[in-house]
Amino acid sequence: MILAFDFNLFFDQTMNGVASGVIFSSIALAIVLIYRTTGLLNFAQGEMALFSTFITYKLAVDVGLPIAVAVVASAVIGFVGGAVIERVLIRPVEGAHNPLNVVIVTLGLFLAINALAALIFIKPGQEALRMPELFPAGEVLGIQKETVGFAFVLVLECVLLFLLLQKTKLGLALRGVASNPESSKLVGINTGTMLMVGWGLAAAVGAVGGSLAAMQGSGFDTSLMQTVLVFGFAAAALGGFDSLIGAVVGGLIVGIANAWTVQYVDALEGIELVVPFALILLVLLIRPNGLFGRTIVERV
Amino acid sequence: MSNQVTPDDVSGAAANEPLPGSTMGRAPFPWLRAVAAVVLLVVAIALPYSINDEPLNVVCQVLYLAIAAMGLNLLTGFNGQVSIGHGAFFGVGAFASAILVVDHGWTFEMTIPVAAVVAGLVGAVMAIPALRVKGLYLALITLGLAVLFPVVTTKYVKGSGGIALLKPTRSQVSSMFPDIWSDDQYRYFVCLGLVVLLFLLAYNLMQSRVGRSIIAVRDQEVAASTVGIDVARVKVLTFAVSAAYAGVAGSLSVFVLRIADATNPLVYFQLSIEFLIAMVIGGSATISGPVVGAIFLILIRRQTDEGTDFLPRLLGVEDRTEQLAPALLGGILIVLTYVLPEGLVGGFRKLKAKALQGRTPRPVANATTDPTPN
Repeated sequence: MILAFDFNLFFDQTMNGVASGVIFSSIALAIVLIYRTTGLLNFAQGEMALFSTFITYKLAVDVGLPIAVAVVASAVIGFVGGAVIERVLIRPVEGAHNPLNVVIVTLGLFLAINALAALIFIKPGQEALRMPELFPAGEVLGIQKETVGFAFVLVLECVLLFLLLQKTKLGLALRGVASNPESSKLVGINTGTMLMVGWGLAAAVGAVGGSLAAMQGSGFDTSLMQTVLVFGFAAAALGGFDSLIGAVVGGLIVGIANAWTVQYVDALEGIELVVPFALILLVLLIRPNGLFGRTIVERV
Repeated sequence: MSNQVTPDDVSGAAANEPLPGSTMGRAPFPWLRAVAAVVLLVVAIALPYSINDEPLNVVCQVLYLAIAAMGLNLLTGFNGQVSIGHGAFFGVGAFASAILVVDHGWTFEMTIPVAAVVAGLVGAVMAIPALRVKGLYLALITLGLAVLFPVVTTKYVKGSGGIALLKPTRSQVSSMFPDIWSDDQYRYFVCLGLVVLLFLLAYNLMQSRVGRSIIAVRDQEVAASTVGIDVARVKVLTFAVSAAYAGVAGSLSVFVLRIADATNPLVYFQLSIEFLIAMVIGGSATISGPVVGAIFLILIRRQTDEGTDFLPRLLGVEDRTEQLAPALLGGILIVLTYVLPEGLVGGFRKLKAKALQGRTPRPVANATTDPTPN
């Protein structure tokens, strides 16, 4: 047994958890944005982010843009792509006979986008790609600069989303559609456009998350987002599917819990994944709509 | 958020569908159904004598995929509980059989009921959180199950080479009647027999009092409880039966492929998705939908995996068929949901209604003009 508690180690592990937690939060934010506006779970979220990540890579490495500019540009392209996907592929099957159909379409997208990314961006026989770093190596106050940078990006995203949703007319319309589509239509909001904007925003947030995720490891390929997506779902479920704050908090909790388990719980070696899911199960059993989710009243 | 597309609505889909079997007598040509059944049976029995072992193996894959999709349909289609974790139950069945055969020398056939029971028990345990957690949250918990299963298996199951991989030998899955059937033919008949058995079981279950309770719980849980349905019991039962189906499918997969493999962490998640796809493109909340969907899914996948010489050449990516296949599969899925929103069986019913009555079927909301459970 360790008698002397190594605080530095604990601190480092926590910060590692925060760094991956930020990425989970980004994907969870994207999932929540779509859930709030359209009430559906987008299985293709991770793969859409993957595609954007490749665009970031292309812009930064092949076109030669500074990486920060590349990430922003990729988010903008992602926004357009997300909006187009909503309009062209999701809208026609929405409100169909069987709501599971939309789920199947997002699963189809999941398969197709992943394969297309491999076809378009990876040459046969190519090894994992290396994303240029957005933040320099080294530490500040004992924390990896990368972690500080990731956290900063997440805070920036949250502030921008907050300002957009709470302080602009567009945000008001978006919230209106999320809370009551019928009444929104009656007061003249173009709900269709709002749905497109919702998907676009989610794709943009996902693009940033994916680009960060690619910076974290030593290299990335088309499997980059698959585990991230699972953790992102976990984070969104933990926080409550309709809460943006919940997504952020959920992502950080999942990230930190994961890092701690890897470091401290030897009995779970190799099965650390159990922890985030056990956590979710526990939270959902006590609060069936997540930590920050609103309870839906059922009418008979 | 009052955007009431709550997850509970997922599969409220068939809410207006009449109870299966409630109007059996009104089927326009009752003898047609009998003829179709006989023809199907003859084809099914003649099949192994007319095709080679390799395609026969593919047919076996269709059969166990159909069983898993039928099980998922009981839970998701009829009971409204969305599961994206049925791959885990499939895996439980597969490993239960593989362990008993490889490590304990059981006869394979004896392990199938054990696989069903073990998977059913795991399903019943999973149903306990499902009593409190609903819709998307439940889907997510089941997703967790599918993701965790290979991880946990990798830790506790040490097959050959210390990895989570078990391979029964050829003799362990050989034919019990070598004089009549070759190994492959024998395996086919075991799979076929179980599909027929489980199909009839599902059909009868959905016509029974329990079946009506299962549907009532999906359509309106609170109302169901006020008319005396024990909602918790129905949910746990459905979960267990559904998981047992997936367990049988998993067991058969070991029988057919001679491998139980948990080394790829996402394989059971992908399987869960396949079950869901088979169920929906076939037609959820119909008895025959999952079977049709399973046939169709494997057919498409065979085409996209192997028969895609034309498209790669057209796009100038001849050497990349491997990557193009999932893109095509994804594209086909999207188009299918767009063209046939009610699945193949739903589309067929519409067509039949049109042909027989010479008029367009009623709008989608109550589209099932022929309510018999195909």
